[in-house]
Amino acid sequence: MTVDPTLLLAADGPVTFPILPALILTPLLGALAIFFVPARRDDAFKQIALLTSVVTGVLSIYLLTAFETGEAGFQFVVDQSWISEFGISFHLGVDGISLFLVVLTGVMFPIAIMGAKITHDIKSYYGWLLVLMAGSMGVFLALDLVVFFLFFEVVLVPMYFLIGLWGHGDRIYAATKFFLYTMLGGAFMLVAIVALAILNQRGVGGDLTFDLVQIAQNQAISTEAGRWIFVGFAIAFAVKVPVFPLHTWLPDAHTEAPTAGSVVLAAVMLKLGTYGFVRFGLYLLPEAAHWAAPVMLTLGVIGIIYGAICATMQKDLKRLVAYSSIAHLGFVILGVFSITTQGIEGGILIMVNHGIATGALFLLVGWIYERRHTRQISELSGLQKVAPVFAGVFTLVMLASIGVPGLNGFPGEFLALLGAFQTARWWAVVAVIGVILAALYLLWAYQRTFHGPVTPGNEHFRELRWSEGLVIAPLLALIVFLGVYPAVMLDRMGPSVDALVEHVDEQVDDFERVEITYVGASDIPEPGHDDDSDGPASDEHGEEGE
Amino acid sequence: MFGLPTQDEPIPFDELPLDDPLLFDEPAGVVIPDIEWSAIAPNLILMLGGILLLTVVSLVRGRTPSWFSAVWTISTAVFAGVTLVPLWQRVQDDGAESVMAGAIGLDGFSLFVTGVMCLSVVLGALLLEGYLRREGLAGPEWYVLLLLSASGGVTMASANDLIVMFIGLEILSVAVYVMAAMHSKRVSSQEAGLKYFVLGAFSSAFLLYGIAMVYGATGTTNLVGIQQFLSETVLTQNGLLLAGFAFMLVGFGFKVGAVPFHNWTPDVYQGAPSPVVAYMASGVKVAGFAGMIRVFVVTFGPTYGADWRPMVYALAMLSLVVGSFGAIVQTDVKRMLAYSSISHGGFILVAVAANSEAGTAAALFYLLVYTFMIAGSFGIVTIMGRTGDGLHALSDYRGLSKARPGLALLFTVFLLAQAGVPFTGGFLAKFYVINSSVSQGQYVLALIAMSAAVVAAFLYLRIVVAMYFDGNTYRGESATLAGPKVRIPAAAGVALGIAVVGTLWLGILPGQMTSVAGDAVAQLVAIGP
Repeated sequence: MTVDPTLLLAADGPVTFPILPALILTPLLGALAIFFVPARRDDAFKQIALLTSVVTGVLSIYLLTAFETGEAGFQFVVDQSWISEFGISFHLGVDGISLFLVVLTGVMFPIAIMGAKITHDIKSYYGWLLVLMAGSMGVFLALDLVVFFLFFEVVLVPMYFLIGLWGHGDRIYAATKFFLYTMLGGAFMLVAIVALAILNQRGVGGDLTFDLVQIAQNQAISTEAGRWIFVGFAIAFAVKVPVFPLHTWLPDAHTEAPTAGSVVLAAVMLKLGTYGFVRFGLYLLPEAAHWAAPVMLTLGVIGIIYGAICATMQKDLKRLVAYSSIAHLGFVILGVFSITTQGIEGGILIMVNHGIATGALFLLVGWIYERRHTRQISELSGLQKVAPVFAGVFTLVMLASIGVPGLNGFPGEFLALLGAFQTARWWAVVAVIGVILAALYLLWAYQRTFHGPVTPGNEHFRELRWSEGLVIAPLLALIVFLGVYPAVMLDRMGPSVDALVEHVDEQVDDFERVEITYVGASDIPEPGHDDDSDGPASDEHGEEGE
Repeated sequence: MFGLPTQDEPIPFDELPLDDPLLFDEPAGVVIPDIEWSAIAPNLILMLGGILLLTVVSLVRGRTPSWFSAVWTISTAVFAGVTLVPLWQRVQDDGAESVMAGAIGLDGFSLFVTGVMCLSVVLGALLLEGYLRREGLAGPEWYVLLLLSASGGVTMASANDLIVMFIGLEILSVAVYVMAAMHSKRVSSQEAGLKYFVLGAFSSAFLLYGIAMVYGATGTTNLVGIQQFLSETVLTQNGLLLAGFAFMLVGFGFKVGAVPFHNWTPDVYQGAPSPVVAYMASGVKVAGFAGMIRVFVVTFGPTYGADWRPMVYALAMLSLVVGSFGAIVQTDVKRMLAYSSISHGGFILVAVAANSEAGTAAALFYLLVYTFMIAGSFGIVTIMGRTGDGLHALSDYRGLSKARPGLALLFTVFLLAQAGVPFTGGFLAKFYVINSSVSQGQYVLALIAMSAAVVAAFLYLRIVVAMYFDGNTYRGESATLAGPKVRIPAAAGVALGIAVVGTLWLGILPGQMTSVAGDAVAQLVAIGP
């Protein structure tokens, strides 16, 4: 098989260590180690899990530093033939779009492992968590359709067990619903993948291949077939995101999952769907994505409003956070399907920042549950008086989730709305309401939980422990840092996003965008980066500086 | 009115084309064809192994150690498997052959199927060993029947003549009828055997009737001859041939448990001894599909594919839907697995309906994976049935994860593989099938197949829930496994080991096997010069 030689440039560069396979294999080796350690050695499992996940996290941060800023193509590419009969290969690579999701995975897993306690079946718990980590990494790194699908599907199994064995309440129902919903989406995607590969082969001749880059570059299939195939992909991703009518598994799964499960679900697993839309919707099938954009935008906006309204109505704190995820991911869909540089960048920013903020929220809610054994908002009151530090941390995270400027929630939502405004003005206008609703439901929930008189049962609410503080501190730091200086991300993702938008433009005729010019954007030179996309980032920066 | 091109004027006797090989065989005098022993070596070894075992054990009358029959059977099957290697080389180098006066075909397809049959005999014998001891049923007859039935299956897979195929089918089936009924201490076993026999004999009659009609329409029972006749002749009226297709499809459909000929499956699977079910679900199905592919895809496929494909399409769709939805309402694990095997059959029928070489390769790969998965699953059912082979309710599995975590994990692997979870053979098997189906433009069928797999996944999850979650409360208290202690005989442990290694190996490093399946082409060649 042939691979575009420019893609392999980075592989010839200074980094020769196969870092991408290592990102997948390290947690997997940890899981194997846990499998072979006898079950009675209870204390060893958490250490193994922590060690391997931290190593993976460090590797992912190393990836961040070694990443060549300003390059649009895939870096650290590894291509190893797997099933030559079908032209399937372990083709891994990372670009500006997937880079931060990989790092997010690397960071959130150790925190989830540290931040949550479990009391039974310790061995399998940590084993499954590590398998889940390996699978999530694989999804973001895969550049082969079948390998992507393999990882996309295989993460269901550990999550199923995590919810089913260590969850709360109606956990079996939630776990089964989660599994079947996602698997049904996957069923459509598999047929779409196979059809795409076969039609691509018929279009260009040669051997059957499932290589993402080749198929995306060829664009050899007919418009109509491309649209059908997009529908297949879209169903799978829409379930995973989840997009409005397919979202009903999410509140159940998030609420019943154990704390670590909720953190990982919100932080990493929901991004599999949105990432899929960017990579396998826009990149692979640009024409069809443009064709479907109005529907997707509408569903995204419905998700924003619907999620927010549902969140407002919730009596259960965890369920409230779960519904807020639906709203936030609606913004991602809005940004991505605006098909503008700003919109897509905003979408990716929200993916990462929602992961950090909502992950932190789930941790905090988990700790509240550990202390009070309830998540009902009505039974919690006046916690601020008993545990001021806890309340302070909660406030910061909550404000980030609302999208207050200066914290990490803001730049993403702002960019997504900005992008949407250029191609889908009225959708953007409606979506703005969601920003206000987010403030409404989160502030109201905060008020009912932390303010007011201390009701019986809450007098002895324990203050934030040092250990808990250490666990959540990195997230707090990221919340502030990425809010103040999102350019760190925008610089790296910019070239890839620009290339993606150009790729779509080549395939779609008469694609109209409203031109927006930024004042002062040219003051900050960015190598190899379109000035347009830097504008808001630098605006942001300026705003904070005042 | 059907069949042979009719002529208005009757032909006078002396003008009959007596030298037409299609109408008459060799003229007077019996000519003994060359028998190429090496080409039928695997089949011979299986059959002679069975007969010799019976003879030896009868002669020494009870003085053989209890493990003797099992070891004998396994060695025979392994030996037969080993002889496949040089034959495979020969076929790959020199191409397919037709031997035994054109009655037996030697091609990659028949050799692959023979290999899978040998595998299912090995797994079946390993499971039988501990089972017979536990149930107090020891005796060599089980193994003899196992070997003979495998020989019948191999005959089916390599038959180049419809009559030979029928003989193979009967050898295969009669042995299994008996085995299904052989648990003398359980009434349900005898009931299962009787049901299977009556319905099976009925379906054999259908097959034979179909063969007769095809013979009537084409003038020969030889598959090579049929294929040649159909490609050279345009039948003005093909009603007889099509009726023959339909009848033969009923016969094969029964053997592979395709809906609507599936009704025996749940009852027989539930009643028959569990290791026998492991063999029935793998070996018998493999042979049934081999026969079906040989007749329909290879023989009729090039000329009459458009006529039988809709029928197989319908069978596939019905099997997928009925199999998966039927499974989720069951409460007996053996019945659940029976329905799920119907749904697997539907998947393989999807590959058959593709009517292409890729479809055949997909079916072969699926059958191989399926043998590992299903033998493993029924192996666990065998162990979990405990003495009396009666504890098969879903509730009997409750708390297994606490009592025997290893067994629960293995069962989970087999079930997830059946559901088609990635990195197990089950996924690649499904992928292979979907690939062959989509490349023939059967998008709808592919979608139905994948959706049915999701419904079936619910069933597998129900079993997993019973093993892991039920009675395992949030605080970690767990219900204990009810019933007698679970014992795993060593042989059964080996069988499970082979099955799980096979299932995972085909999921993680399938490259080698997919290319072998791709090379296992079924070909019909005329008798060599």
